[in-house]
Amino acid sequence: MFNPSSGNTVIKSKLISRRMFLLSAAKALVMVGIIGRLVTLQINERSKYKTLSDKNRFREWKLAPERGVIKDFFGKEIASNEQVYQVHLIPENTKDIDRLFVRLKTILNINDKKLFFLKKIINKQKPWEPIIVSDNITWSEFSRLNLFLHELEGVKPIVSVARMYPDNSSAHILGYVSQVSSKDLQTKKYLKDKHVPGMSVGKTGLERKLDEQIIGEVGFQRYEVNAFGKRIKQIQVNQGKAGKSFKTTLDFEVQKFSSELLKDKAGSVCVMDIYNGDIVSLVSSPTFEANQFVHGLDKKYWKSLIKNEMRPLTNKALSGLYPPGSTIKTLVALSALENKVIRPLDTFKCTGKIELYGEKFHCWEKDGHGIVNLRKGIQRSCDVYFYEVARKLGVDRLSETAKKFGLGKKVLNGFIEEKAGVVPNTSWKQKYIGQNWYLGETLHSGIGQGYFQSTPLQLCLMTAQIANGGYKIEPRIIFDKKNNNLRDYLKYKNNNPNDPLPTDLLVSNFDLKPLFKNQEHINLIKDAMYSSSNEPGGTSYRHRWENKKFTFAGKTGSSQIKKFTEAQREAEVKQESLPYKDRDHALFVAFAPYQNPKYAISVLIEHGGSGGKTAAPIAKKVIKKVLERHDLRKAATGTLGENV
Amino acid sequence: MFKARSIQSSLSLKDKILSIDYILVCSIFILGLISIIAMYSTDGGEFKYHTNSHILRFFVFFGMFLTLSFIQIRFWHSQSYLIYVLFFILLLGVKYFGLTSSGSKRWLDLYFMNLQPSELMKIGLILFLAKYYHRISIENINQLRFLFLPIVVLIAPIILVATQPDLGTALLIAAGGLTVAWLAGVRVKFFAYSGLAFISLLPIAISFLKPYQKSRILTFLNPERDPLGAGYQIIQSKIAIGSGGLFGKGFLQGSQSYLDYLPEKHTDFIFTLFSEEFGFFGSLFILFLYAIIVWRIIRIGNQTRSNFGKLYCFSFGTAFFLYVVVNMMMVLGLLPIVGSPLPIMSYGGSSMMAIMMGLGIVMSCKVYKDTPVN
Repeated sequence: MFNPSSGNTVIKSKLISRRMFLLSAAKALVMVGIIGRLVTLQINERSKYKTLSDKNRFREWKLAPERGVIKDFFGKEIASNEQVYQVHLIPENTKDIDRLFVRLKTILNINDKKLFFLKKIINKQKPWEPIIVSDNITWSEFSRLNLFLHELEGVKPIVSVARMYPDNSSAHILGYVSQVSSKDLQTKKYLKDKHVPGMSVGKTGLERKLDEQIIGEVGFQRYEVNAFGKRIKQIQVNQGKAGKSFKTTLDFEVQKFSSELLKDKAGSVCVMDIYNGDIVSLVSSPTFEANQFVHGLDKKYWKSLIKNEMRPLTNKALSGLYPPGSTIKTLVALSALENKVIRPLDTFKCTGKIELYGEKFHCWEKDGHGIVNLRKGIQRSCDVYFYEVARKLGVDRLSETAKKFGLGKKVLNGFIEEKAGVVPNTSWKQKYIGQNWYLGETLHSGIGQGYFQSTPLQLCLMTAQIANGGYKIEPRIIFDKKNNNLRDYLKYKNNNPNDPLPTDLLVSNFDLKPLFKNQEHINLIKDAMYSSSNEPGGTSYRHRWENKKFTFAGKTGSSQIKKFTEAQREAEVKQESLPYKDRDHALFVAFAPYQNPKYAISVLIEHGGSGGKTAAPIAKKVIKKVLERHDLRKAATGTLGENV
Repeated sequence: MFKARSIQSSLSLKDKILSIDYILVCSIFILGLISIIAMYSTDGGEFKYHTNSHILRFFVFFGMFLTLSFIQIRFWHSQSYLIYVLFFILLLGVKYFGLTSSGSKRWLDLYFMNLQPSELMKIGLILFLAKYYHRISIENINQLRFLFLPIVVLIAPIILVATQPDLGTALLIAAGGLTVAWLAGVRVKFFAYSGLAFISLLPIAISFLKPYQKSRILTFLNPERDPLGAGYQIIQSKIAIGSGGLFGKGFLQGSQSYLDYLPEKHTDFIFTLFSEEFGFFGSLFILFLYAIIVWRIIRIGNQTRSNFGKLYCFSFGTAFFLYVVVNMMMVLGLLPIVGSPLPIMSYGGSSMMAIMMGLGIVMSCKVYKDTPVN
């Protein structure tokens, strides 16, 4: 049977085949296109995509390193690390988070507020990311948690390490650590590489100063992760490196002792080795619980710290600014001697007050000290004598000496809380107040009032530099065997008393900077300080040590808060009867033992009234404690000179 | 011809088996085995749900393909319209009884499997139009009244599929139908006119697009537009393929797919997974297999005497080629993500069924190549 349209069919068949041929050619082109694309992706751009693929694949988790410890001079840890028990939770692994929280509440001491906060975090992050329910629970809580662990799906008990301060006596100088804040991340560049969530950083004190080195090297765990960020397997671990540990010059026993003496008072104690600047003790009171800062501060406690009028968070030795009061008289006298304004035996008559351009300048002794020379002026702390001396000396020459001895600038390196203080002079006033200097202000400066501002540490340094014979020292708090130049020099001098070498050559050999023109002047001041502490009539005579071993030479001082009105002066108002806030700050500086000085001390009692009454007795006790421990200290290093 | 016909009708079973195109069968089988390997990799190197059910489907439908090969070409010719109508009814059924998954209604629940009639329609439309153009004489092909029916049978299923919504499949169905019409001799000007009409209607069409469809097209134009959203698939797919390099990362070593960066790795992105693990040469091999399959299909069309067979084989071969290249261009970032499976390789029963059925009819053209259909 032939198809009637068979010719038609053949034509159609040819048409179809012709068109199919065109289509096939198009297909070949498309094929080439696809192969070309494969070549581009898999051969030409291979490395680019390989990198992208690895970037997808691997993710790193940083591991917080263990913070280095801070030790005292004898190796005792004053900022150490302790094991802490923590509760972590992986929300993904629990079926019912609310029920779990109810159960946790019966086991741990956590409140609803905290749970609410945790829930907020859980909602924010991925369900497999662990959250820290509590970063510090007690052992009994921890053991109870472990007991009930089978009921607590998703909860992980963790043993970790956190900062721990065994004692609060050094809280101020050590500072504290706390969680990294966003401000820390902005301001502290080193945190860029070192930041690990949940890590603590030093906020104040040594913890802050040493932070960069004490944090340690951050470790990491590298994981292969899937598209949802879930860890699939661990590829690499690096535990990091614990932070560097530091040995300080502080003596923990003295710290504790001083802190105990300052209990219930607002004040500070600084003790310094006069030859190498080692800070043996630096205590501020009242102190605070540094441990509280490590695991998130309790709001109530924080408020109580902030509200306390004794300002427990301030390190008074470093950042408290007080007029140096009569303690400056040592420098006024020295400056006057050095500038040949007075001779030691020049006298002035003290009648209790002097008048200048109609203004009255009172001596603290209402009835006056009578005829006063330099030694008596310092011994009795006669204000009128120093008004006269200051008037002759002028404030600019005084400020020069004061600055040389370390006032008016920061004493230590790297403590953000440290204040520089003020040493006023004519150009300073012009610059900062915009007024000319008045002669009356010179008189106020001569007794350490007025614009003068200093920290107790500066006063301690000043005293130390007088005590060591007038040589510049650099206070230090990190233990360092080197830079005992002054000690070496003195040792040499003791061994070779007849060495004809001129002093200045020795000085250049031992890299010392004398702060005097004539060392005899320094000795005069030291002698006057001795009389102030050890001879009848001296301002701290009542608190002397008879024992030669402990005998100290000191200078009292009080920094005025409010100027006495004439009425008050007439009524002979006593400091004790004033409201606490209006009482003068009591100051006392000293060095000991007098015969063979080793240490300098400064004591400040805020609103303590007069230095002789409240500050000197504390200094007396601390001096004894420090000197008793001197042999131990010497034995601990072997670098302390025998006869100095 | 008469003689030839008598020979054809008296083909013994042995003759039939011998006349099968073994190169085509082998290529399909090898591709099937490769697809099983790839599926095994998507399951993370274990025989899990996807692998097992893919193996089952491949062998069942491969068996169906061989069985269909022996069905008389006359049967396919005579039942073409009916098959189309049947598939169309199934498509209508989807509209009313379909299963909805991730926002689109594409499946019918047949208890033992979820059937996607739009996949079957790819074959049904080609069959219908092949028969239609086989029957009308060459003079009538370009007459407007004879264009009416093809347009209706083309547009009707496309609208149904596009509104599921499944734009990709709708376009591929259309492509298959248009191929038949063009091969049969419909003048280029009609395509040009309808192309112009399509472009002028495009703004209206775009207004009907779902937001995700618009976003896919925009994403295709600039994948980095939204790297974590719509562009994610294209970017991750390119990363996977590119990082495969010359020799690939190795079997079961494809980190992109293993770590779930690759979306839809069982279905649309199976080529990406394979390309990541076996590299440029692996990809070339797959392309080579597909090229052989298309070549054999077209060769069978050339050998077939009936215009119905020719039209069917050429159109199906072209459509098959389109399915392959559209999928590949999609995962290679050359086309927007429209959601079209890679024939035989991708996981999916309906697609496998439709492709095997289509191949079965091609093979029946080969076995009965000298049999006239009417």
